[in-house]
Amino acid sequence: MSAEQSRREANGSGAIVSVERLSKSFGQLKAVDGVSFEIEQGEVFGFLGPNGAGKSTTINMLTTMMRPTSGKATVCGFDVLSQATDVRRNVGVVPQDYTADEDMTGYQNILLCADLYGLPRSYSKARAEALLNLVELKDAAQRKVRTYSGGMRRRLELACGLINQPKLLFLDEPTLGLDVQTRAAVWKYIRTLKEQFKMTLFLTTHYLEEADSLCDRIAIIDHGRIIKIGSPSELKASVGGDIIVVGVSESEPDISPEIAQIKLVKEVKKNGNDYRIKAEMGEEASPQIMDLVRSKGLHVTKIALTKPTLDEAYLELTGRNIREEETNRMAMFSQRVTMSRARS
Amino acid sequence: MTTATDEIESATVAETHLKSSSVAVPLTLEPPPKANTGPLHGLWALTQRDLRKWYSNPIQLFISLIQPVIWMGVFGKALNFGTFIAQSGASPSVTNAIMLNTFGTTSYFSYLACGQLSFVILFTSAFSGMSVVFDRRFGFMNKALSTPVGRGTIVMAKVFQSVGRSVIQASIVLFIAVLLGMDTGYFSVLGIAEAFGVVFLMATGLSALYVMLALRSSDWQTQMALINLLNLPLIFASNALLPVKLMPTWLQYVVQVNPVSYANDAIRQLVIGAVGSSSLAVDAGVVLAFAVVLSTMGIVLSWRLLSK
Repeated sequence: MSAEQSRREANGSGAIVSVERLSKSFGQLKAVDGVSFEIEQGEVFGFLGPNGAGKSTTINMLTTMMRPTSGKATVCGFDVLSQATDVRRNVGVVPQDYTADEDMTGYQNILLCADLYGLPRSYSKARAEALLNLVELKDAAQRKVRTYSGGMRRRLELACGLINQPKLLFLDEPTLGLDVQTRAAVWKYIRTLKEQFKMTLFLTTHYLEEADSLCDRIAIIDHGRIIKIGSPSELKASVGGDIIVVGVSESEPDISPEIAQIKLVKEVKKNGNDYRIKAEMGEEASPQIMDLVRSKGLHVTKIALTKPTLDEAYLELTGRNIREEETNRMAMFSQRVTMSRARS
Repeated sequence: MTTATDEIESATVAETHLKSSSVAVPLTLEPPPKANTGPLHGLWALTQRDLRKWYSNPIQLFISLIQPVIWMGVFGKALNFGTFIAQSGASPSVTNAIMLNTFGTTSYFSYLACGQLSFVILFTSAFSGMSVVFDRRFGFMNKALSTPVGRGTIVMAKVFQSVGRSVIQASIVLFIAVLLGMDTGYFSVLGIAEAFGVVFLMATGLSALYVMLALRSSDWQTQMALINLLNLPLIFASNALLPVKLMPTWLQYVVQVNPVSYANDAIRQLVIGAVGSSSLAVDAGVVLAFAVVLSTMGIVLSWRLLSK
């Protein structure tokens, strides 16, 4: 174990997870189709994708719950196939489903987890209390898990996943089906883990705002393939430009060609009295547009600047909505336009 | 009713508490102490988990004891072979000779009581597979699989929790049998202890069999069907209720490959001093081999079947 780790450290490689062309097939279905990526020590790495994209299957392979059909993966310096027990010893897993024993109390559940990691009771008792404190379940610790709410159970799962002080924590859809408060709490814990304990986190989600606010890097996955990897801002930038909507009191004359002359502007569309402008660096483009409008003797009635969201990047990359409902393409498109107009 | 409401209320209180508080985190960055992740770690923790569920629910134990008691009390008392023979006019010495020759003992009730021990073992062991299925269904299996616990350990914990139940239920059944009039003339501490050694081995083998069949399953209905499919032939094609001698020849062959027969034979020799159909050494050897082979198979299969 230590030999393997020192070898990695000598290599100077900061990657705690490295995956090469990992695949998993279930019969005809290719759930994961040759994904390759690396996770650096200390980062929060997110797998973002629609349901059935292969997120959980990838996590299951990395946590040695499933055997890859082909490809190679090392986690914490250990091969997931030949050194599965070493992998399990070093990582923590917070699975998508509830796994706690309903007939036992929260405290007993954590102690059982500790036993399964082979931790001595003298250590695990104190650690269990500290973890119950962290996930704010101290008051419910002596109650049977059966009486817990969904949010409490999710937090208990998180505490169980942390019992062995993992270097790397896998969180499979950690906030699925939680109310806003509990989701905020889970996010808070995740940030605590990253900032205070320098833990590396791998999480899957299909909530865009979650990936955006938590992850250092995101891999967008669909149909078992990674479509794009990058930081949230890189992914947003890939959509291309901010959207500026300028309302002008006079509908004539049409000054679209003049606006298009401005350097930062990429595209102009006139829509009644409104100009919908796609531009780089919207903050700098907007005053220039306003100056131009005024110089033509027209009056600006409103101005709105919209930064691209991860939603747009995501939809542009996965395009699932449109693909699944090909016949309804126009309706979907107009709905998107309506929605973005409503936002601006 | 009141407690349920209280629990719901306190759950809500805990949730509200969460929203407002920001608790200081007393967790440390100190590395955890050296963990014992040897091949046997977690075995007791997992076994204890299941046993705790069992003894915290005494109704389950009570219900599981009803069936063997009915068998002994109704079937055992009604089928009084000694009286049948005596009614035909045979003298007591002739009756005893016939009984001894057929059953290996003069009391059919004692004969059946020993057979009931294997009843208890069979029906208890059958549910070890069910316990695997429910652990899968309720997600606990995934938790166990994500920890460094050995796959074989997970299987053996399921086997041992079932063995624990079997041994305890078998002792209660034996006690009830004594109350109902079982012949205690041959009882000795060593004999009973050895008989429970046989109970232990038989329960190990049978539980391993059922756990093995459930390794890949998350469907409890299939398990129920399997239990019915296997348990009835294992009981009736054995010497649990009647001696082999009374059976047709083809059935005798089946009984002779049924490990349950050897367990019964050994238990009868040890507890009531019956004349066995095989020597005690052969009985013990078969039961031991059964336990070892099936446990090994269970462990080996778990390496392959527990992860997808």
